[in-house]
Amino acid sequence: MLLYLIKRLLYVVPIALAVSAVCFSLVFLAPGDPLSAVLPADASTEMVEKLKADYGFDKPIPVQFARWVGRAVQGDLGTSIATGRPVAIEIGRAISNTFVLAFFACAIGFTLGLFFGTVAGYFQGTWIDKLVTAIAVAGVSVPHYWLGMVLVIVFSVVLNVLPAVGMGADGSSQWAWDWEHLRFVILPAITLSMIPTGIITRTVRALVADILAREFVAALRGKGLTDRGVFMHVVKNAGPTTLAVMGVQLGYLLGGSILVETVFSWPGTGFLLNTAIFQRDVPLLQGTILFLALFFVALNLIVDLLQTLIDPRIKRS
Amino acid sequence: MSAAPLVEVRDLAVSFSRGGQSIAAVNGVSFDLAAGEVMGVLGESGSGKSVTLRALLRLLPEHRTRIGGSVRVDGHDVLALRGRALDDYRGAVTSMIFQEPMLSFDPVFTIGRQIAESVKRHTGVDDKAARARALEMLDRVRIPSPARRLEAYPHEMSGGMRQRAMIALALACRPKLLLADEPTTALDATVQIQILLLLRELQQEFGMAVIFVTHDVGVAAEVSDRLGVMYAGRLVEIGPAVDVIESPSHPYTRGLLSSIVRGDMRGTRIEAIPGAPPDLAALPAGCSFAPRCAHVRPECLASVPPMRAATEDHAARCILVGPLAPA
Ligand SMILES: Nc1ncnc2c1ncn2[C@@H]1O[C@H](COP(=O)(O)OP(=O)(O)OP(=O)(O)O)[C@@H](O)[C@H]1O
Ligand code: SF4
Ligand SMILES: [Mg+2]
Repeated sequence: MLLYLIKRLLYVVPIALAVSAVCFSLVFLAPGDPLSAVLPADASTEMVEKLKADYGFDKPIPVQFARWVGRAVQGDLGTSIATGRPVAIEIGRAISNTFVLAFFACAIGFTLGLFFGTVAGYFQGTWIDKLVTAIAVAGVSVPHYWLGMVLVIVFSVVLNVLPAVGMGADGSSQWAWDWEHLRFVILPAITLSMIPTGIITRTVRALVADILAREFVAALRGKGLTDRGVFMHVVKNAGPTTLAVMGVQLGYLLGGSILVETVFSWPGTGFLLNTAIFQRDVPLLQGTILFLALFFVALNLIVDLLQTLIDPRIKRS
Repeated sequence: MSAAPLVEVRDLAVSFSRGGQSIAAVNGVSFDLAAGEVMGVLGESGSGKSVTLRALLRLLPEHRTRIGGSVRVDGHDVLALRGRALDDYRGAVTSMIFQEPMLSFDPVFTIGRQIAESVKRHTGVDDKAARARALEMLDRVRIPSPARRLEAYPHEMSGGMRQRAMIALALACRPKLLLADEPTTALDATVQIQILLLLRELQQEFGMAVIFVTHDVGVAAEVSDRLGVMYAGRLVEIGPAVDVIESPSHPYTRGLLSSIVRGDMRGTRIEAIPGAPPDLAALPAGCSFAPRCAHVRPECLASVPPMRAATEDHAARCILVGPLAPA
């Protein structure tokens, strides 16, 4: 187990290096001279000189890469061309906004998923089950941007009850727990909750139906337990797997969604990435991609380790 | 017997709908059982033994199952019970032990908790008293170091131990009727005998009635006062265990017994009756054993033969049985 842990951790090193190399090389992929890619058009001469020294464009490329990685490790990801603020600060703010959105989307998705999944599992094979399963499949397969736009048209344009874009009045990007901010999170959170709703529904439905068909449930009923008493057993049996799936879903949502954040102009990491691409803000792009890529590497690692921990039957060598 | 019997089953019929077909698993089973009496039920695989038992505890899948006839146990109209009344009946008046003790315990709850749960449900005592009762029952079924076993999970016990725990669970609320569905089939031969002896001892001590389903004629003879033989969802013979075994009346019972007698080596199964049981989705109009019966006559095919008395308390569902039998 310990050996596996160490091995799994060591795997991460080359992946992280490869990811960094890709991000670093973005500077050279941009059209024109690499310097102009990281500089605003109206940069002053001192700025040009400073950047030249920072990036060390006169040095061989491996040295440039090593320096860049060295600075990134210390949290220095350069300066955003568009805003002039440090990339690390931009990313930090975006992460907290993405977390807010993910929190609400998970709250909605988990609640609906647990409810639908349990109902469908209990009524397996009946029309209720078929209806719920159809909803779940639709939830997973409907394109996000489409659903997002439909919601915007209905609730923002036609009914005019909820705002269509942003996360606060007059372009605020600072979250607060009040109705003024809650109004903004409703539509994107619903849109983003579709996938976890669908996946949790499917998982829980399969688990519940499988558990209810087991012999011990007949034995529980046979000793006179009420439906509620039996349900406690179903919950405890379905719990570990359900929690694991919810954890994975939470992880993915924490990574941010380019589509949903872009449709609703929600200033999270996905939106930041989109902005960086369209504004050709290479330092910002490098930093955001690096952060997101490392986030998913870490997420996969954690999920993997947790699964090994929870399920002793998965023997890995 | 002057008092009303503990169990009265009349024309019990169970069918399942599956893929547009109706599978007639039980087709008119009737019998009585007195308090404290042990009835063995024999019959080959698929003859409807388990379905009959489950119907007595209403454990069949509600929306795919049609149940007809009537079942009375200790004054309860079992087929009419609903909701809370059904839950009160299950486990308190009638309880069941299953073939595979590993599968009949919830794997993620301790044994002690699963016994205590039943006690609490039916007696309303607090946790402490329920656990005390669970401990007492584990001790009663002679599980070594019972206090420690209360905390054990099902997979931490041996098969025989689990079945003892299942018996403890089933008897914890002192039911009047115990349904035992092949309780020893999944166990090793030596453990089987221990469990049988334990069951017989507890049956006498608790004075409960038992319906004991088994494949094994030896086991049936050992434990039963009366013996019923099932074929294609019907009781084809019923009577005192000794009579049924020593002078079987139905051709099917005779075939079944001779196959055991001749299969004198354990584990060898000699197919004494050629042919296979009928398709439960399309039962023949007459005697369902007719296609395999060496004595078949035209009358056998016309309608299902009624139960005919061989002696006062021994009857079989065959036209050849009894004084009125055609020559
Ligand atoms: N829940 C169910 N749904 C559909 N068919 C069922 C169901 N339970 C039992 N059956 C069918 O009913 C018939 C009788 O089954 P039952 O389990 O009573 O047989 P059995 O006599 O107990 O056999 P065995 O000795 O193998 O346990 C079988 O054909 C079986 O396939
Ligand atoms: S009724 Fe006829 S076919 Fe059926 S067992 Fe008797 S003799 Fe055989
Ligand atoms: Mg059976």
